[in-house]
Amino acid sequence: MSTLTAEPRKTRKRASVPDRVSVLYDAPGPRARMRNTVLTVVVVLVALLAVYVMVTKLDEKNQLNADLWTPFLRGDVWINLILPGLFNTLSAAAVAALIAVPFGFVFGIGRLSDHAWIRVPAGAVVEFFRAIPLLIMIFAVMYGGSAVFGLTVTPFMAVVTGLVLYNGSVLAEIVRAGILSIPRGQSEAALAIGLRKGQVMRMILLPQGVTAMMPAIVAQLVVLLKDTALGFIVSFEDLLNAGARVLPSNFNNIIPAVIVIAIVYIIINLIVGAIATLLERRSRRSRKTSAQPVAPPGAVVAPGSGDISAVD
Amino acid sequence: MRVRRIGAVVIAMAAAAASLTACSGGSDKFVIGIKFDQPGLGQKQPDGSFKGFDVDVANYVAKELGYTGDKVEFKEAISANRESFIQQGQVNMVIATYSITDDRKKKIGFAGPYLVTGQDILTRADDTTINSVDDLKDKKVCGAQGSSSPKRLVDKFGDAWKGQYLTEQQGYGACLPLLENKQVDAISTDATILAGFATQSPGKFRLVGKPFSEEKYGIGVKLDDKDTREKINAAVEKMFKDGSWKKAVDANFGEFGKFFTTPPAVERY
Amino acid sequence: MQALFDEFPVILGAFWLTIRLTLASGLLALVLGTILAGMRVSPLPVLRGIGTAYVNIVRNTPLTLVIVFCGLGLGLVLDVSFSTSLSTNYLWLSIIGLSAYTAAFVCEAIRAGINTVPLGQAEAARAIGLTFFQNLRLIVLPQALRAVIAPLGSVLIALIKNTTIAAAIGVGEASLTMKTLFESHGDAVVPIFFGFALGFLILTLPTGLLFTWLSKRLAVVR
Repeated sequence: MSTLTAEPRKTRKRASVPDRVSVLYDAPGPRARMRNTVLTVVVVLVALLAVYVMVTKLDEKNQLNADLWTPFLRGDVWINLILPGLFNTLSAAAVAALIAVPFGFVFGIGRLSDHAWIRVPAGAVVEFFRAIPLLIMIFAVMYGGSAVFGLTVTPFMAVVTGLVLYNGSVLAEIVRAGILSIPRGQSEAALAIGLRKGQVMRMILLPQGVTAMMPAIVAQLVVLLKDTALGFIVSFEDLLNAGARVLPSNFNNIIPAVIVIAIVYIIINLIVGAIATLLERRSRRSRKTSAQPVAPPGAVVAPGSGDISAVD
Repeated sequence: MRVRRIGAVVIAMAAAAASLTACSGGSDKFVIGIKFDQPGLGQKQPDGSFKGFDVDVANYVAKELGYTGDKVEFKEAISANRESFIQQGQVNMVIATYSITDDRKKKIGFAGPYLVTGQDILTRADDTTINSVDDLKDKKVCGAQGSSSPKRLVDKFGDAWKGQYLTEQQGYGACLPLLENKQVDAISTDATILAGFATQSPGKFRLVGKPFSEEKYGIGVKLDDKDTREKINAAVEKMFKDGSWKKAVDANFGEFGKFFTTPPAVERY
Repeated sequence: MQALFDEFPVILGAFWLTIRLTLASGLLALVLGTILAGMRVSPLPVLRGIGTAYVNIVRNTPLTLVIVFCGLGLGLVLDVSFSTSLSTNYLWLSIIGLSAYTAAFVCEAIRAGINTVPLGQAEAARAIGLTFFQNLRLIVLPQALRAVIAPLGSVLIALIKNTTIAAAIGVGEASLTMKTLFESHGDAVVPIFFGFALGFLILTLPTGLLFTWLSKRLAVVR
């Protein structure tokens, strides 16, 4: 499948076309090159102007004062104020992921069951939690836990429960798609040689399906990691809390703090995202499975672009 | 197979993270729940130490009860989990801007109060138009979500006022830049909290100083632990008498210390 | 249960705000996302760079942080003020945050759609002398958009759910209203939760069905 955008992999195939040229426009001649240069200069100038306006505005509001930014150069600020928040974010994400993945497998396989009494409830649970916002789940756990069950619910528990129910349901759909992506002949052949249904699932479908699911699962885990930030709204002491509450209480620098914290989030997510791409490449290269990599439900994947990202 | 190995590493790391969160705290320590993000009252500092009026009271009381140095441990108590912290025994006492109310008295015991404050108003230093709560009827006000302070104003001025003049942010720290840059005209909550934030930027803000409610900050302990409650009450009274209380007020509320001159009477029950 | 009926007008009002948030942000995100997609396939490397950077930054930032930043930063830095009413002002700030965030996903959906348009279409367009803009506007985008109706539906459903995060800056949409009702009716947490969950099901499930139907109806026959 050929693509229209400038993908290096694609242009390599079409050796006659110079790199970085897509089929949407002709290879620029002298006049087009001239025009492109002028436009590039204009765009750069406009971008610089926008940056300049933002910087002057920030300066006007005294947000660029050195004492608002120097705390980020201090080791103790990171060790005592920011990293504990990062640790909470990562541990909430890790615990939620550890529970959500098995949840996804149980419910994903449950939806494929031959027995309606397993298939229907599993489907109902998955569809319900996928259709409602994560935040109202977190609120419900936070308030419902004590009002209904008399439990004391910490923000950590509320965030993790919400993340497990929502992302577990999405993962269930990924698992289902992964198993369904394996050609029917595989399970038919397995049944024909006398394996039972459970054996077919365990020995034939899952090993191949997991390879196909892996990139989508990791992409969903990026979403899970990002969604831990919702904990901020229920006072979970996460990374965002460190940026928006703890740091400003010391240095009165909420805007610089939120900017720095955003950069931390972006770096972490880019790392996890890079792992997802790596896994996808690998699973595409090693043809141990007869299934194509599956996309997260609702995701859009440019054919052959190797760029999987979940819609969130 | 590499995929599986990566999976195993991820799982191992996550398990390590989970086990690290699970085990913390010792048995022979005196654990005190305080706020970590409330300047002037209980605030975690970059060097890992704690500062604020609640912290000073906590240290004084702990010393009177025989705990000093590394025998005292501080734990973050956020508003929502203060009762459960005490009930589950995760802390020995809570000193965290904790108002004594009849509802709470059913669940836990209160020593003190060690400080009486009330809902007040913070404005910009150059804004002379706000001098009492009634002046807020056509002013933009910032409050914190889940706090009872904005609710009191909505009860007073009505829902139409709420839509036009009130914004509720995540904590009072988020309100300060809005006030400073004239997005809002006032912040309203406990005078102590306002004073704590305002002392960080001397000269920029003015505390109106006419509280229109009464909040008695108490020290939360287990409901049936009358013995500890009595000991804490004695310690607090000693702190009032020997001048440490006044010293703590001046150290933590600076120019706004003038609003908290006399220590309250301890309520024994 | 009684609480649910007593508060019905409040709940309805909250969901009406959720719907308005969704429509306004969705429309803005569609426009911004299409522009971004155009930038990402344009002949100018600098435009492609800006588009790519935008998508990668926004997609990797938690929406809660984006919204908090819009609430605090935008009003402050850009002196943005939409209304003398504080609640309207924060409503618009949250719409900006939601559409800036959603636009990145719209952009990626459309870009994927552009890749489904057969190579020959664009080549034929170039052969008859269309410029990049004409090519994009007349040939590629109309086909691409029809190919990505289903994914755009998923983006819209995600947006409906994401509007709840406007609660972070105090916009009184459905989730914040639910929390307030939890606090005032502590004995009716379960019925209130299921009431709001039902409300969201009513919004999200038909949207999904509608877009699936539309995508089949409008699919480009090749």
